[in-house]
Amino acid sequence: MSVDQATVGKIAKLARIAMPDDDVAALVPELNNILAWVDQLAEVDVTGVEPMTAVIPNRMVLRADVVDADPLTGGNRRDDILANAPAAQHGFFGVPKVIE
Amino acid sequence: MSEYRIHGETGAWEVVIGLEVHAQITSNAKLFSGAATAFGAEPNTQVSLVDAAMPGMLPVPNVECIRQAVRTGLAIDAQINAWSRFDRKNYFYADLPQGYQISQLYHPLVGEGALTIDADAKAGIAEDKRIGIERIHVEQDAGKLMHDQHPTMSFVDLNRSGVALMEIVSRPDMRSPAEAGAYLRKLRAILRYVGSCDGNMEEGSMRADVNVSVRKVGEELGTRTETKNVNSVRFVMQAIEYEAKRQVALIEAGGKVDQETRLFNPDSGTTRTMRSKEDAHDYRYFPDPDLLPLELSEDFIAECRASLPELPDAKRARYIALDISAYNAQVLTAEVESARWFDALLDVGAEGKGAANWVTSELFGALNRLGLSIDQSPVSPGAAAELLGLVADGTISGSIAKQVFEKMLESGDGAAAIVEREGLKQESDTGAIEVAVDAILAANADKVAEYQGGKAALFGFFVGQVMKAMQGKANPKLVNDALKARLG
Amino acid sequence: MTSLTELTVAQIRDGHRAGDFSAVEVAEAFNANVAGARALNAFIVETPEHALHAAEQADADRAAGTLKPLSAVPIGMKDLFATKGVQTTAASHILEGFVPPYESTVSQKLWDAGAGMLGKLNMDQFAMGSSNETSYFGNVLSPWRSNDGSNAALAPGGSSGGSASAVAARLCPAATGTDTGGSIRQPAAFTGISGIKPTYGRCSRWGIVAFASSLDQAGPMARDVRDCAILLGVMAGHDAKDATSLNLPVPDWEAALQADLRGKKVGIPREYRLDGMDAAIAAMWDKGAAMLTDAGAEIVDITLPHTKYALPAYYIIAPAEASSNLARYDGVRYGLRDLSDGAGLQDMYAATRAAGFGAEVKRRIMIGTYVLSAGFYDAYYTQAQKVRTLIARDFAHAFTQCDVILAPTAPSAAFALGERSADPLAMYLNDVFAVPASLAGLPAMSVPAALSADGLPLGLQIIGNMFDEQGVLNAGLALEQRAGFTARAEKWW
Repeated sequence: MSVDQATVGKIAKLARIAMPDDDVAALVPELNNILAWVDQLAEVDVTGVEPMTAVIPNRMVLRADVVDADPLTGGNRRDDILANAPAAQHGFFGVPKVIE
Repeated sequence: MSEYRIHGETGAWEVVIGLEVHAQITSNAKLFSGAATAFGAEPNTQVSLVDAAMPGMLPVPNVECIRQAVRTGLAIDAQINAWSRFDRKNYFYADLPQGYQISQLYHPLVGEGALTIDADAKAGIAEDKRIGIERIHVEQDAGKLMHDQHPTMSFVDLNRSGVALMEIVSRPDMRSPAEAGAYLRKLRAILRYVGSCDGNMEEGSMRADVNVSVRKVGEELGTRTETKNVNSVRFVMQAIEYEAKRQVALIEAGGKVDQETRLFNPDSGTTRTMRSKEDAHDYRYFPDPDLLPLELSEDFIAECRASLPELPDAKRARYIALDISAYNAQVLTAEVESARWFDALLDVGAEGKGAANWVTSELFGALNRLGLSIDQSPVSPGAAAELLGLVADGTISGSIAKQVFEKMLESGDGAAAIVEREGLKQESDTGAIEVAVDAILAANADKVAEYQGGKAALFGFFVGQVMKAMQGKANPKLVNDALKARLG
Repeated sequence: MTSLTELTVAQIRDGHRAGDFSAVEVAEAFNANVAGARALNAFIVETPEHALHAAEQADADRAAGTLKPLSAVPIGMKDLFATKGVQTTAASHILEGFVPPYESTVSQKLWDAGAGMLGKLNMDQFAMGSSNETSYFGNVLSPWRSNDGSNAALAPGGSSGGSASAVAARLCPAATGTDTGGSIRQPAAFTGISGIKPTYGRCSRWGIVAFASSLDQAGPMARDVRDCAILLGVMAGHDAKDATSLNLPVPDWEAALQADLRGKKVGIPREYRLDGMDAAIAAMWDKGAAMLTDAGAEIVDITLPHTKYALPAYYIIAPAEASSNLARYDGVRYGLRDLSDGAGLQDMYAATRAAGFGAEVKRRIMIGTYVLSAGFYDAYYTQAQKVRTLIARDFAHAFTQCDVILAPTAPSAAFALGERSADPLAMYLNDVFAVPASLAGLPAMSVPAALSADGLPLGLQIIGNMFDEQGVLNAGLALEQRAGFTARAEKWW
């Protein structure tokens, strides 16, 4: 499969990466080169093969329903949560106004 | 009762409705972190590093959330998938810190099930109807945006981010706003019986995405719209009606319905296109590589099953078998708290039918007047049983019971003590009753003559007069018997 | 006495315990080397005070008789690991200035074991790269120079290029790395050091900036096999915060190290012998087989039929996961925000991500976004995951016939910076021997085995069965003892 400039532009938009037309144009052959290469996977006979879900046989252990049992995965650390925020105000994260 | 139809200029249109209900799973901690889920906390206080999607943070599922979703699935007779998996739904939004929602698309925890909505002639539901439920999957809730706190910014609160939701997806089996309302009420009742969701729509614990399409009867399904996050039964019904009429008008005017996401405005009862998620349709779902498949043991599922309480339909059937009227059985089982209260009343020995009548009329009436929920009832099931026992054994009459109940509500005293103190014990002395009967008949010789001349309706008059003469304390059955004996 | 910075981890640990030197002396010596080697650009942040503080504690612990497994050992920390209070960027602009209020599980285990931190090591941005040329903070230079007289600056490999360069140049006795598709093994091979990627799930991923979750594994990079065993023993272990973490006891790999391979079978995968393989690589591989035979092992021919599909499958799976893992870098909660006047939320996302991600990261996000998008998911992602199943099956079958697999680590010695950066595909091919074991989640290590004609290090790779880090380390030790690799980069920086 291959991509054209419009498709690459659409992907960039979907990925939320602003991209000038020149950059989009430059990516078209690059991506096509890579896609042409990965296309060889299509020749593998995968009849009856399940896609891999867990690379090592391992059973998922669930967490107990306990609040703040481990501070690393618990709440009540607002200062930490907001410490690196570019625009925190009144205990909130600020973002440009959204119209829903 | 005719089917629900939208009558347009070109004829009658059928409305096809499916609901995706997002129900917050009752749990202490979030689905993938240890942060609390309590409602109403200060912004961003119930947020862990995981919920804020800090670099390198990883999800670990909360067993209670899984357990509650399985119990819910069992309660709607659904297939439980012992092997399920979490997928990522990718999109960018300010309330979604990870840039994806962990959900279950390809292998949901709960498969096909159903619930039954009850016939309701007044609402146009002619008979009981089974509504298919396609699946229940478990997913993360998003955070909350506030738009009116700052002139140029929206504020983000992540307290809800990562709270566990069940998405309960119905089949498009509903055909009227009333059916959708009944489905929601029934689903809510089941969730509350099971204890997997508190059903509190005001706090957003339960909200529905409403899928509506219209078609001429017998034709193919039309294009549907999805109205997001409608948070009350009434609003869901309004949204359906508005959306159905809008679609009919649109089609009849030569337009076509866009498959789109819409927002409901509760103030106007209307819906409108949602602008912010327009280009978010390619969600690029794929299995979450941070998580392994969710594998449930048979023991786990069996434990979930064993922990289920009696559910509304079964409870209603049991009440009806106790000779309780279908209507009362319905009323008593609609809310889990009422049903629990009533079961407690039965447990202390109250007789079903009389107790049901008393609870649905006297108790509910009083609570309604006092503005109290049944959990706040000043009269306990034990105290109510004592009162009902006094009626049953003839100690007091039904009308005296009303007075006693009022005094119980006021004083908090027991029924027997009140009857004793106030001298309200029913008069069952046949001699005294006969004396009173004789006096009344003597004082109303003209009416006796009329009665004997065929005006049978006067019997009630005589009963009333005797009761009045005896301050309501006479045993009504004995009064009847004595009057019949005298009047022949 | 040998300079302290020439000592291995084991020698530092043992020498310190014996009272030959203080931990502070060790820390100061390495701090000085770090400060004197800025030309290599191996560190993004230097943390001499952290190393000193840990050293003071180590000396106090020695006095108190409470020494820990890594007391007195200062290490370098790849900038992919979140370090509390110390900037963590994954060598990206988008995370520049990000100071985590938390510590990754693996780094915490190292500090708890007494280790100190010399600094945060440069790397390929978000661990995407094989030459360390994608870092926002500039290329890392290999301490090695080719003897062809060109004097060209060489790539240290990637993505753990800072780790490799720093260990090779004696800026630290050991460093952490992470390996998604060869990011520990290939730079180790390029710089003449050892590095092991354990079984997927051995080391917790909690607190490591994610690249491709189903592949990412932390591991140590050090000067020899024993040091790798020591470090890995501290880094590994179950972590309830990582759902993919292995709930297995951590063996004492160091104690069980032994180079006697009698009774072991070593598989030589015929598919790894590519057409046009570099003669020096082929010769080293043959020599490696001879060394293992000498150690008592039996060499067996094995087949891994789906080998040629591993790299293309990897370049679907890893970018797909990355495209999603990197969605969180949106300018809302941390890191860079590019918000021009009047821009809306989605504009802010796009501008922030355009400014914050480097070209290779963008390229992979684009590929990943594309292969997951509507209509392509099954053809690409599902197909790749099926091929991955086949690759894992190939290995499982091979391990019914052998105990470990011997292969080259990389198809060539280190190349010059800039030499391959223009052609992404050529760069990807660097990991052709490393990626299959990553896709199968298997433990694998690189040990230096020979020099190329240009005098540059070449590494041999040992791939083991799942959970068999011991088998990998033992075979690595047997190679190390026989290869007698003593070459080192002449100091020019």
